[in-house]
Amino acid sequence: MNNTYDVIIIGGGATGAGIARDCSLRGVKALLLERSDISTGATGRNHGLLHSGARYAVTDHESAVECIRENMILRKIAAHCVEETDGLFISLPEDGLEYQATFVEACRKAGIRADIIDPLQALRLEPSANPALIGAVRVPDGAVDPFRLTSSNIIDAKAHGAEIRTYTEVTELLREQDRIVGVRAYDHHTRSEMCFYAQVVINAGGIWGHGIAAKAGITINMLPAKGALLIFGHRVNNLVLNRCRKPADADILVPGDTISLIGTTSSKVPFEEVDNMVITPDEVDLLLREGEKLAPQLAQTRILRAYAGVRPLVASDDDPSGRTVSRGIVLLDHATRDGLEGFITITGGKLMTYRLMAEWATDLVCRKIGVNQTCRTAETPLPGSAESRREVDRKLHDKPVVQRRSTISRHGALAVEIDSRDSIKNSLVCECEEVSIGEVEYALENLAVNNLVDLRRRTRVGMGTCQGELCACRAAGLMGRRDPVCARKAKADLVSFLNERWKGMAPIAWGDTLRESEYTTWVYEGVCGLSDETEKTAAQ
Amino acid sequence: MNIQQNTVSENNFEQCIKCTVCTVYCPVAAVNPDYPGPKQAGPDGERLRLKQPGFFDSALKYCLNCKRCEVACPSNVRIGDIIQAARIKYGPQHNTSLRNFVLANTDLVGTLATPFAPIVNTAVGLKPVRYAMDKVMAIDHRRVFPKYAHGTFTAWYRKHAAAAQAAYPKQVAYFHGCYVNYNNPQLGKDLLRVMNALGYGVQLLDKEKCCGVALISNGLHKQARRQAQTNLHAIRTAVNDRGMDVITTSSTCTFTLRDEYPHLLRLENDDVRDRIELATRYLYRLLKEHGKELKFKDTAPLRVAYHTPCHMEKMGWGYYSIELLRMIPGVEVTVLDSQCCGIGGTYGFKKENYATSQAIGAPLFRQIEASGADIVATDCETCKWQIEMSTSKPCEHPLHILASRLA
Repeated sequence: MNNTYDVIIIGGGATGAGIARDCSLRGVKALLLERSDISTGATGRNHGLLHSGARYAVTDHESAVECIRENMILRKIAAHCVEETDGLFISLPEDGLEYQATFVEACRKAGIRADIIDPLQALRLEPSANPALIGAVRVPDGAVDPFRLTSSNIIDAKAHGAEIRTYTEVTELLREQDRIVGVRAYDHHTRSEMCFYAQVVINAGGIWGHGIAAKAGITINMLPAKGALLIFGHRVNNLVLNRCRKPADADILVPGDTISLIGTTSSKVPFEEVDNMVITPDEVDLLLREGEKLAPQLAQTRILRAYAGVRPLVASDDDPSGRTVSRGIVLLDHATRDGLEGFITITGGKLMTYRLMAEWATDLVCRKIGVNQTCRTAETPLPGSAESRREVDRKLHDKPVVQRRSTISRHGALAVEIDSRDSIKNSLVCECEEVSIGEVEYALENLAVNNLVDLRRRTRVGMGTCQGELCACRAAGLMGRRDPVCARKAKADLVSFLNERWKGMAPIAWGDTLRESEYTTWVYEGVCGLSDETEKTAAQ
Repeated sequence: MNIQQNTVSENNFEQCIKCTVCTVYCPVAAVNPDYPGPKQAGPDGERLRLKQPGFFDSALKYCLNCKRCEVACPSNVRIGDIIQAARIKYGPQHNTSLRNFVLANTDLVGTLATPFAPIVNTAVGLKPVRYAMDKVMAIDHRRVFPKYAHGTFTAWYRKHAAAAQAAYPKQVAYFHGCYVNYNNPQLGKDLLRVMNALGYGVQLLDKEKCCGVALISNGLHKQARRQAQTNLHAIRTAVNDRGMDVITTSSTCTFTLRDEYPHLLRLENDDVRDRIELATRYLYRLLKEHGKELKFKDTAPLRVAYHTPCHMEKMGWGYYSIELLRMIPGVEVTVLDSQCCGIGGTYGFKKENYATSQAIGAPLFRQIEASGADIVATDCETCKWQIEMSTSKPCEHPLHILASRLA
């Protein structure tokens, strides 16, 4: 086995995937190692907000400028991951209108279009907004799907020669004198250790980058800031809703695919907890209380899930909330910073700036290994975004309309790869999100799916209102058919998928969500006999 | 902790827990694979349509609006309403065909047809005419058209009945509907006979338009709303100013006036809803609860099979018609399995739905043939047409059977 590369990227979030793509487009041979699945960390645990930068305009000009620039780039290169919804910054009576003028001026200074509109016009544009609003500013916010975005980067990186290894955890950075020469990693599937070598190792581990750097004896003073969010069962708003005030808790409501998201909270958490975030009743309460101020309808809308991510902020002062810390990008060359060659860390930043972070990191890699190629990721569309939705729609005109639109929104131009030749391939695995057998098979064959949770990230199976009630067993059946495994393992996967779904429901388990969850339990324990499996798993 | 007090939002679909019993009970989903079924067309689809109206699926037109999904739903989701409301909101915003216009405007077509009833009835019975209608208008040539009456019920009423009605001590208002007015004035006369026998005079509303059910299902909801406003105004006058209850002989008209108006046309009728009654239920209560009595002359044995129309099932009132029939001396009642006959108002007239319509009704037709009944009874006129066309038995309204045996 050839285990030597130009560069090893640790971390399969948006940044890592972006670096893998950038490197491979520049002819740099890259290996990406991810201890779990792609986009499992902060990448998959945020708002999915395509920031215009307006939120940072007043407090962090530099971030605002980066955001609006990347915003415009992503609309072009990742069109199929983006929804160009626009956003409103609304002023409520309790906020006053003073901030608005400062805000608009700061936006314009950062190059962000910010139009003050009449409150009545704002309500016509976004009927769910709080009717008490006294002012509104329209900005080019949008929604971006982080799973699709990361996956597209991975697809393109692979197509250009990068190697991607998920479920491979770096256990040690291999050091020769003052140089990192490679990594030792543990493959969770084969349960074996192996070594990989490269001229440069990039630490793109997000909050876990703190621990990765520590393996080389390097301290990066990171500040894990937990942000909790609630997912509502359907789209409440079609424009992003923000509060026009200094950034605070629970003041962004984002329409993302079929749902709406309110967030976030911000609280410091110890490193020991970053692998297991628990949403507290206080957080749910806060999110609801503040969310209702943006869109009063949230008070009567079913909540699907609660979840939290951890921002990889790099601490620069003693601010305990993590709010005033810059969201700016931090690129550390450990050769100059710590005297350790062959190792760099890229962190800070946000989902919005993943591409720019990748560009910076790749530029540094190229300088180090003497590759003279410029970055092309700002112009080259990602796979799936090469054609417009309308063109793809025309190609797939014979597919049922709902499925056609769903698959195009998930896979863009790649939707044509999905087998839809007969009614079997078109029949649904996931009814809430319209995922067909053909689409699941496409994901299983092409998108490196190892278990049901991975499948969810590629297709939205189990992300709808039923949260796996009808689709989990069907998807498990299809997985078993492709890759015959022992029934025991398949059942264990099903249990872990359902438990993962329950984890998100538990903090908000009341009303219809609880009723549906009870029904799901009855189906899987009573009809499918999974209760035995749960006990066995628990006993192990 | 602020637990949401009321998760029952205007978006009633959120109560759906995906048990899928609605799709199991959907008569269309069972026979037409092009229809995604009520769960997908209703709550699931609504979520996607809220994301983007382009998710509207034109296959929603295959819903025949029987509301059996709503009867089946254990979570109280108004699935049928969600589907029809989606057609109103996202479907074609103008009339799409001459065919739909003709089928939907029962009032207009009835007015034009009744003066020439003998000619019209003969013409639509002729094969070449039926083939021409099939080709030009996509009305299936196999469909047997209901006969038009020569002269309307209202004309007869004004000429022959109005004067006498005022003499009765109590009065009810009668929403006769298009069917009684243009196709079967006899049923209206039967109602007068029965009500008069109980000491009730029957009045017409000041103004009556078609209830609008066919307009709604054919995408002419704006016209439906206008007609509904006219009807509600007339009903309010009858109830509030003249102190009368309003009764109808059609289960679908009753259902539309009571439930489709607020749910689909967004016209509140809370103030009068309880006063809009189905004739058989009204009679049952007069006889059972108020001790009124009817005298019968004809007591010869008659085997009647009762078919519960879908909208009757939705209202939960089949019981009253069945019990009313059982009160008639000599009548032996069999209750047929509650299932859709397939006609769905104007649905089964359409060429593209004919096969679905007949496939839905097939089990019912078989049961009717095997029942040994002399006659089938039902409270819905379109069920009657379907049953008479598709079986060897005659089909009549329970009131007709009742009236024909009165002393």
